Amino acid sequence: MLLIHCPYCDETLPEAEFAYAGEAHIVRPDNPADVSDEEWRDFLFIRNNLKGPHYERWRHIHGCGRFFNAVRNTVTDRFLTTYRAGERRPDPESLPEDGQ
Amino acid sequence: MSRFRVAGRGRVQQDRPVCFTFDGQTIEGCAGDTVASALLANGRHLMGRSFKYHRPRGPVTAGTEEPNALIGTRRGEGQFEPNTRATAQEIWNGLDTTSQNKYPSLSFDVGALNDSLYMLFSAGFYYKTFMWPRSFWDKVYEPFIRAAAGLGVSPSEPDPDHYASRYLHTDVLVVGGGPAGLAAAKSAAEAGLRVALVDENSEMGGTLLSEPQAEIDGNAAWDWLAEELATLDALGVRIMTRTTAIGYYHQNMVGLCQKLTDHLETPDPDMPRERLWRVRAQQVILAQGGLEKPLVFHGNDRPGVMLAGSAQTYLNRYGVKVGDRPVIVTSHDSAWHAAFDLADAGADVQAIVDTRANPRADFITGAEKRNIEVLAGHTVTGTRGRLRIKAVRINSVADGKVGAARTLTCDCLLMSGGWTPSLHLFSHTKGTLRWDDESQTFLPDRKAEACQIAGAGRGLWGIETALNDGAAMGAAAAEELGHSVKATARSVQNDRTGSGVTHTELPTDRNPSRTKAFVDFQNDVMAKDLRLAVREGMRSIEHVKRYTTNGMATDQGKMSNMNGLNIAADALGKPQPQVGLTTFRPPYTPTTFGAFVGYHKGDHFDVTRKTPIDGWAEENGAVFEPVSLWRRARYFPQPGEDMDAAVSRECRATRKSLGMFDASTLGKIEVVGPDAVEFMNRMYTNPWTKLAPGRTRYGLLLGDDGFIRDDGVIGRLTEDRFHITTTTGGAARVLNMMEDYLQTEWPDLKVWLTSTTEQWATIALNGPNARNLLSPFVEGLDISDGAFPHMSIAECTVAGYPARLFRVSFTGELGFEVNVPARHGRALWETLFEAGQQFDICPYGTETMHVLRAEKGFIIVGQDTDGTVTPYDAGQGWAVGKKKRDFVGMRALQRPDLTAKNRKQLVGLLTEDSRTKLEEGAQIVLDPNQSKPMRMVGHVTSSYHSDAAGRPIALALVEGGHNRMGETVHIPMPDTVVKATVTGTTFYDPDNERLKL
Amino acid sequence: MTHFSALSLLRHALGGNKKWEEQWPNSEPKAEYDVIIVGAGGHGLGAAYYLAKEHGITDVAVIEKGWLGGGNTGRNTTIIRSNYLYDESARLYDHALDLWEGLSQELNYNVMFSQRGVMMLAHSVHDVQSFQRHVHANRLNDVDNRWLTKEEAKAYCPPLDISQTARYPVMGAALQKRAGTARHDAVAWGYARGAAARGVDIIQNCPVTAIRSDATGAVEGVETPRGFIKAKKVAVSAAGHTSVVMDSAGVRLPLESYPLQALVSEPVKPIFPCVVMSNTVHAYISQSDKGELVIGSGTDQYTSYSQRGGLPLIEHTVAAICEIFPIFNRMRMLRKWAGIVDVTPDRSAILGKTPVQGLYVNCGWGTGGFKATPGAAHTLAWTVAKDEPHPINAPFTLERFTTGRLIDEAAAAAVAH
Repeated sequence: MLLIHCPYCDETLPEAEFAYAGEAHIVRPDNPADVSDEEWRDFLFIRNNLKGPHYERWRHIHGCGRFFNAVRNTVTDRFLTTYRAGERRPDPESLPEDGQ
Repeated sequence: MSRFRVAGRGRVQQDRPVCFTFDGQTIEGCAGDTVASALLANGRHLMGRSFKYHRPRGPVTAGTEEPNALIGTRRGEGQFEPNTRATAQEIWNGLDTTSQNKYPSLSFDVGALNDSLYMLFSAGFYYKTFMWPRSFWDKVYEPFIRAAAGLGVSPSEPDPDHYASRYLHTDVLVVGGGPAGLAAAKSAAEAGLRVALVDENSEMGGTLLSEPQAEIDGNAAWDWLAEELATLDALGVRIMTRTTAIGYYHQNMVGLCQKLTDHLETPDPDMPRERLWRVRAQQVILAQGGLEKPLVFHGNDRPGVMLAGSAQTYLNRYGVKVGDRPVIVTSHDSAWHAAFDLADAGADVQAIVDTRANPRADFITGAEKRNIEVLAGHTVTGTRGRLRIKAVRINSVADGKVGAARTLTCDCLLMSGGWTPSLHLFSHTKGTLRWDDESQTFLPDRKAEACQIAGAGRGLWGIETALNDGAAMGAAAAEELGHSVKATARSVQNDRTGSGVTHTELPTDRNPSRTKAFVDFQNDVMAKDLRLAVREGMRSIEHVKRYTTNGMATDQGKMSNMNGLNIAADALGKPQPQVGLTTFRPPYTPTTFGAFVGYHKGDHFDVTRKTPIDGWAEENGAVFEPVSLWRRARYFPQPGEDMDAAVSRECRATRKSLGMFDASTLGKIEVVGPDAVEFMNRMYTNPWTKLAPGRTRYGLLLGDDGFIRDDGVIGRLTEDRFHITTTTGGAARVLNMMEDYLQTEWPDLKVWLTSTTEQWATIALNGPNARNLLSPFVEGLDISDGAFPHMSIAECTVAGYPARLFRVSFTGELGFEVNVPARHGRALWETLFEAGQQFDICPYGTETMHVLRAEKGFIIVGQDTDGTVTPYDAGQGWAVGKKKRDFVGMRALQRPDLTAKNRKQLVGLLTEDSRTKLEEGAQIVLDPNQSKPMRMVGHVTSSYHSDAAGRPIALALVEGGHNRMGETVHIPMPDTVVKATVTGTTFYDPDNERLKL
Repeated sequence: MTHFSALSLLRHALGGNKKWEEQWPNSEPKAEYDVIIVGAGGHGLGAAYYLAKEHGITDVAVIEKGWLGGGNTGRNTTIIRSNYLYDESARLYDHALDLWEGLSQELNYNVMFSQRGVMMLAHSVHDVQSFQRHVHANRLNDVDNRWLTKEEAKAYCPPLDISQTARYPVMGAALQKRAGTARHDAVAWGYARGAAARGVDIIQNCPVTAIRSDATGAVEGVETPRGFIKAKKVAVSAAGHTSVVMDSAGVRLPLESYPLQALVSEPVKPIFPCVVMSNTVHAYISQSDKGELVIGSGTDQYTSYSQRGGLPLIEHTVAAICEIFPIFNRMRMLRKWAGIVDVTPDRSAILGKTPVQGLYVNCGWGTGGFKATPGAAHTLAWTVAKDEPHPINAPFTLERFTTGRLIDEAAAAAVAH
């Protein structure tokens, strides 16, 4: 069971309190009527599915209820950082080396 | 006293006899014995039969790594388990044990015929045959293979025992209670940390239990151990015996399985049998020690052939001499000590065969002193004896050449191929290993979790080294946690360190293809099988393992992995690290399912959500059905009624006068805030701006893929407050989806969402007399049709309880839904039920609700829609706001396939014979005479006998259905084809006259 | 290639089993191939086999980053069935099932396909409706599947608890008798041996790091640590790793990779005669020829390539099994492991051409990959050989995610594959 730091509660808590919510930083087009079928497909379905640092969303569903973002290495399952929704996507270089 | 018990020796209580049975025969052992030690004390080595060749087998170890001595153990009814290690199962008076995988008896097993056909049953033989004729696989070959395979028999009765689970948060978890673990625990505890120390054995001590000769800082090992444990206890260390660390999971979570009763004669019935601990430790110290490797030679599996270190354990810990006339064969120093211990205990050691040409001089002297023949530079090339070893064949080896053979008689053969660290838990973490050429073993390398490895687990042998390394690792763990402590250095006298060499198969003069030299004892994998696998192109150790099954037995490769690797590497002509080790997988030792289940069984397997009115329904004979996590009253049968009769009566009563229904499971979400209406506009397909406070509307919710997700009636209480209802199963999902959009797409909206599902009890009253019943109870609201028309909502009191009242109907009859705080739900229900007697009020369940709504063509999301249905498909296009800039799902509805002509659309179906009720799920075709596979154009989603329509009715999704009104479609059933006419979806009161009362 | 038979087994046994030949050679890559298949699992090796056997295309390399059959082929719970709801899925999986039935003989390699029947338990009215919809659709599609009452289900699988006091009482079951299990490793090995005998190169320990295409946008070959390997056509069949490989060709996929855990018990004598699946409690179980109970669970909630998986899911899975089969409570778990399954939004595979000329993809099988093996391989070979969809794989395009023509078995039935 993973341990996850909720950036709103500022506590590190077991995975059982959280729900995974898919890749992060996929923005819903502001005016959907104006986008093409392909763009809508990309928004709905296309995912990076990265091996390595993965920007993703979690919800502290059995806690504060907030959605937040995380960077997790999908090869080791280790969290590199978590941050609040709406905050800027952290630069990969600024993240700790995996394993630290 | 048993024949092979050595008086005054060992830690068992020789003055406390304990009797158990083995294959029906009563065996006497001592308190503290395992089944294996007690049988050995009685001179019995034969304890089992191997998997494939059914060869007679005895214990090769004295611990949980045992591959051979597996038995069935029984306490009483339902308390049987197969494949228990005789070497780990402690005995108690009355324990009932049986041998396995034999017929008719352990000493005469017809399955041993396989053994004489061993050449046919080479590695992977089953991939090469049993293919002709094709039908024989299922009927002949496979049943035969299955019957021959398997070990013990499965339990066949429900388990009466219970199991527990707990969390433990600790600073340091030490796995392994040998010298390294004890010292590590002490360092960490002295640093002021919370420490837990666990060991799978019945007592702490590890190697110390087998090596009483050692003196630690001048104290005898066992005295030191007792004192040290007392000290640890005083320091607050949590000490857990019979507790196996089964798996090492993410972020230092370690699973422990603690066995609580399997060793007790009369366990407290309230005591769980096992307890699963989920430990979260800041630091883990792995001090699991090492495993002794068998030697690989012809006949190395005969009962009486055993690891030398295990023989030493049987002698020193259990006071059991494993034989009178042992021969020792070794490539490592450690076995010499076992030989000397046995000789000193009175055994007539026949010879020590060392594969090395020049054993240590002090060993030679020691052997001479005890009159033991030393055969250095020799090999073992075979053994004899059917059910127990009788003789061993020994040859000299010089310059790689095997010389003449001689035969020594013996009653046991003790072997040692050296030692290898126990890497299992470390490997669970995906930590990397490195090959150490000098010791010819893998050692832990890069760590992937916050752990330290101490002692033999990282290739450091000897008690003194282990103690000092353990102390240092305990200090290192403390340091990682910001504590500093000085590791105590200790000195040990009579320590038994040593070295050795590693072999593949021992040199032999036998034809290798006729050599039965076992690597995986339980799975009957021989060295030549591994070589055959390599010859056949299996180059990775994973392939070799899977082709031969080496390492896949219940000892999880503890006995076989290293020998298997060495032989495969040799056959491939590659160094071991290039061949690699197979992955160690949890659990460390096989672990009872019940321990994983813990409390999650029966009613506790999953929660059952019950409404405040559930108790009334139960008392009044409701039949329930599970709906997501809820249980809901399905119908209320009266004596002699089946479901159809009850539903028919409930439907009639409701349409005629009055029905009442517990709708409390409907999901409810309160949407509040200045931007509430904007939020509603964006979430639901419908427009909400013009909905006046006090009014309600049917809302339809899509996913952004355009398909229907949920629906429900939504009331606007005030400008900035909506009361949403959702489907029963959809409540949590809908709230999560709304929170997602609100928090991450539209964080600027000032809206708050609250789940109120369990705050409200909801009672639906339907029928022409609904208002007549309700009116007298309502205060603060005029509920006449003029003042409170259909689709209204208001707050008021009902029978004195604060209420939110909906005028709404899911049945087509005049209807109200009364929401009161959940704690008043049952009281209100009973009040209304009592008062309703004058109207012949009829409580009804979900089944009647389904019929009544189907008669009106109201859909049930998840039944009439299935995640591929758009609002237009469902005939709900009217609920889609046409002038909205955006709502969830709007864009997707424009995708080519969602606007295609031939989509499946919801229609009504009436069977043409007016009698046949269609089956839900039945498929619809246009041409019933086509051959299979038929082209299907849709399926029946709902089907009921309708009392109101006086005939069966159905809803269906049919390709282009909205343009097929009046057409005949066909529903092919196994024995007949049913014809049906496509109709609209309303079967009752199409003009909604009954709502206007 | 040595023909395998009881006779050859006897002959070799008498000769001390010294003369068995390599089942497939470990090839070094050539500079160029007609076709490169990325991924030596059952699907990739099978496609190579059918390319050689049915289309005469033998200048083929199967390139594998690890050892052949070391991915999901050798990590799944080996369930084979075809009783899918939609015509598209039913045809694909039934095509596979047809091939499974003759596969041992076809390959001269016993894949131990055991038609023990797969039973899917219904625990609620909704399950019953959904499974009956499957049964009806399957019947008209000529796919074997029948409805059993709970008593019939118990008769077919005696360890089943059908008491109605259970938390999720059994209300009936759908049974496909033609369905069953097979020996997973043997499938990869059998195809490898058959492909190699027809001239296919199997190149192991050679990760494809990128797919290269030329100025016209047509595929040119693959980059590997052993150098660039040229190819006229490239088919990627790399399961959970497909996203990463395809990304290098500029093809982005609607895929996510999740850990899927499975476990086996200690082996026991025959006790469990079929395969049982329960989607309501999320578990499935069968007994292997060796005697182990083979138990599968759902996916962990987060995407991952770690092949680790967490403890809570395993606890839940074992609890689910013991809930339905209480007699197994005292059995012991021998080993658990995790695979990586690549999941599409509609839980159906993507199989066919891509926007890049000469590049083909086979992925997104979720938990259905093993059972599809021969069918996927057979139709992939067709598509690669003819550069056009096979009638059976034609609906499984990448375009469906744009048009919305999904094949959503999960949505349709709340049934995990």
